[in-house]
This record gives sequence, structure tokens and C-alpha cells, in this order.
Amino acid sequence: MNDAKDTAVALDHVSKAFGQKQVLEDITFSVAREEAICLLGRSGIGKSVALKLIIALVKPDTGHIWIDGEDITQLKGKELSRVRRKMGFLFQNGALFDFLNLYDNLALPLHRLTQKSKQEIEQIIDRALRQVGLSGDREKMPNELSGGMMKRAGLARALVLEPQILLVDEPSSGLDRVTASEIDDLLLEQKQHTTMIIVSHDVHGARRVCDRFAVLDQGRLAAIGKPQDLEHHENETVRKLVAEKYDVES
Amino acid sequence: MSDKRANPLTKSLETIGSGALFALRVITDAFRAPFEVSYVCLEVADQGWRSLPLILSSGLALGLVMTLHTRNVLIKFGASAWIPSLQSLSFFVEIGPLVAALLVAGRVGAGMGASLAEMRATEQIDAIEALSVDSFKLLVVPRVAACVLVLPVLTTFMDFCGVFSGFLSEYFLSHLSLQLYVTRAFRDVEWSNFIPPTLKTAVFGFIIGTVSCFFGYTTNEGAEGVRKAATNSVVVSSLLVILADVILVKIIFLVFPESAI
Repeated sequence: MNDAKDTAVALDHVSKAFGQKQVLEDITFSVAREEAICLLGRSGIGKSVALKLIIALVKPDTGHIWIDGEDITQLKGKELSRVRRKMGFLFQNGALFDFLNLYDNLALPLHRLTQKSKQEIEQIIDRALRQVGLSGDREKMPNELSGGMMKRAGLARALVLEPQILLVDEPSSGLDRVTASEIDDLLLEQKQHTTMIIVSHDVHGARRVCDRFAVLDQGRLAAIGKPQDLEHHENETVRKLVAEKYDVES
Repeated sequence: MSDKRANPLTKSLETIGSGALFALRVITDAFRAPFEVSYVCLEVADQGWRSLPLILSSGLALGLVMTLHTRNVLIKFGASAWIPSLQSLSFFVEIGPLVAALLVAGRVGAGMGASLAEMRATEQIDAIEALSVDSFKLLVVPRVAACVLVLPVLTTFMDFCGVFSGFLSEYFLSHLSLQLYVTRAFRDVEWSNFIPPTLKTAVFGFIIGTVSCFFGYTTNEGAEGVRKAATNSVVVSSLLVILADVILVKIIFLVFPESAI
């Protein structure tokens, strides 16, 4: 599985349980370089856990996760940090550090992990904030930002280290359609040179950004493929989750 | 992740073991680069500033109350000249260090536990790890180090507030001059009555910082975890401070026999 040179991320028979609750069971799929894949599934099914497994914030009980040909489940310390640096993570609520202002939130990884000068860091942050439309807010603290601004700021922070792989957890949750669409536009810009794994409930936005959908049902991978192919899948849950409009009555 | 059905004894032993390992990691990481000097300074300023009003007001109030309590008894035995000396020795040796530590446990410990638990609940700690930054070194070590540094300073403030309010009380009750009060207050005080008890609060600071950070950093229960972390931080660190005080007093007596009053 890890042999394919064009594979950026591969999950190989991954299972994870928390206590007695089996969250993910025998999940296997791979994501090609510069491909965008959307993880779909009902709430609480383990989509966010899958993202945290990929970046090794959570360890799987069984199975392997290959990042750029390296099994991240076997790595520790500096080796783990080296592989993690290939990835950026946009958390559901931005997860901005509440003790730092917006500028310092973005500067933290640059100061810690690069040898860049102050001027270079300044330029990178200015560019990143301009890209997400937050140039005028660099001195603001996280509690002064709206939900949409937090998401955009979180995206800017995830991108400052120019990751090869971007993991995105519910980019449009809690946002109005216009703001959600703006976030999708930013993700589309990144898609040209970044592999993306996006967890989302917004099928409309996911269809714009993602090439393939992977649908989780009852802890297992129920289906994976192009959205239009999954619309006629034999599994009803898959069909409902992939459908752009879901009529409760039907 | 511990099984929720595990019996309380197993859970308690598990918590003690995890706490001990956590404390060991604090010590080893404190001497490992990169040294988070700027974050330590920020924490010192924050913890010191947040606690100072409480320490000053408590020191003043305790000093007054203590003089009022001891005064009548000492006068009865014709030992009113000992009031200043008793006041300063009581504060330097025991009241200042212990009360300052308990106040900091309540004021700073609860805040540290709750803020780290909230950072865990809002995925900020995960975000730090995802950026390949060591969250333990960034968040825990500076907080504990600041607690270790700030507590002896706060204790000194409390000691002198207690002695000063003792003077105020004596001044208004018996018109004792400041010069005479100071002479009497420090006549029987040795350095060994002041330095070791004040420095022992660095150990209290380590206990408060480590316990509070342990409960905040390791929680995984969302909003409920924030509440539990705040409560456990205060209760457990206060209890451990009192237990440590007993042991440290004994050690101080062994090392500095002259400090025994």
C-alpha cells in the first residue's frame, strides 16, 4: 500500500476503540497526492478521530497509517515531528491559542520550527492573513474574532508551514452559506498543490472541493468513490449522505 | 484511557502513578532546551499580579487578627514586649509560607487547572501538537516554573504585611513607635527563621503548579472536565501542601536546628 509513489496518505486496516466503544473498525483507503477526499458520515461516527489518527494525535489500536511512505504509527519524538510537519490541521473551531493574538498564533510554528528571520516571518504572516482576508486583524485576540474569522485564521495557521497534506475538520460547521462558501474558495485555492482530507456535513461544499467521498457507517468504511457514483450506492445511508438535498419524508 | 468501571482504589492508584510520572516529566523537561524563558516571565507576571492583592489583604487581615488574639494573653503574663517578636516569628516561620501557599493554590491553581482543561476541550493542545510543537514544554513547564519562582516572593510580601499590620494594631492600641516595634520584632529573628521557611514555598509552588497542570492537561471530559480540573487542582494541591509542610518543617529542623523556636 505504501509503495505507490503518488500516494500521500494511506490507512491500512485501522481500528480504534475508546474504552468499550469501537469507533473505527478496519478502515482502509488511500489518498493520492493533490487529491481532495471528503470523509462523510453521521455525527459521532469517528470522522474527526480518523483525522487525529492520521496526524498521530491519537494512536490506532490496530493497523498502520502511511504518510508519504512512512508509517506514522511507529514514529516518536523528532521523527514524528518531522512527518507531522508535512501536515496542516484546521480544527473544527479554529483552535486558536487563546493566550496569543492572531499574529503570534501564526508566528508560533514559524519561530519554533524554521530558521526564518523576523522579516521573513513577518512577510509570510502578512501574506497568509491577506490570503484569508484578515490583514487588519493581526493584533486581535481570538475572543475578538467571529466564528468565520476563527476558521479563516485557523486555516492561515495551518498553511503557514506550507504543508503537503491539509486535514480539515468541518470547515463550514456553524457558518452561514456565504462564509462557508468563502472557506471553500480558500480550500479550492490550496487544492492545486495540497492533498486534502476534509471532514464535512456540507455535501454541497464538499462536492465543489473534493474529488472523492469516503463514507463511514457504523465505524466501517461503507463506500468510497466519486460523488456521482455513490448517489446510486446500494447502502441507503451512503445514498442519503451523498445526496445534495436530503428529504426527511423520503 | 482508563475504564470508567474500574474500582475507585485502582483509579486512585492509577491517578497517583500518572501524577508522579507527570511530575517527573516536569523536572526533566525543565532542564531540556528549548527553555521557554519568555513564557516563564509572562507566567510569573500573570500569577504574581493575580495573587498579589489577595496576599496583601490577607496578610494585613491575618496580622491584625493575630495581634488581637495574642495581645490579651501576653499582657496577662506581663509579656507585652514579646508581641512584635511573636508576630514576626509566627509569620516568618509558618503562617506566611503556609497561608500564602494555600491562597495561591486557590487563586492560581484553580485558574491554571481550568485554563489548561479548557485548552484541551477546545482542541488548542491538540493544535499545538499538530504543529509539531511540544505542548507540555510550552504550557506546563513555564506554569510550574513560574509557580516555583513566584511563591517565595509572595510569601515575603505576606510576611511583611503581617508584621506591618501587627505594628498598626499595636500603634493604635498602645501607641508603640515604629522604631521600637521593628527593634522588638526582629530582635529574636535569625536568618534561619526566615530563609528556609520562605524557600520551602518553592516546593509548595512545585506542588501547586504540577498538581493543577496535571488535572488540567490530562482531562478529556469537555466542559465537565474544566469544572473537575479546577476543583481537583485546589483540593489536591492544598492537601499536598499541608502534608509537604509537615515533612519540610521536620527537614528544616534537622538541617537548621537553630531555627526551632
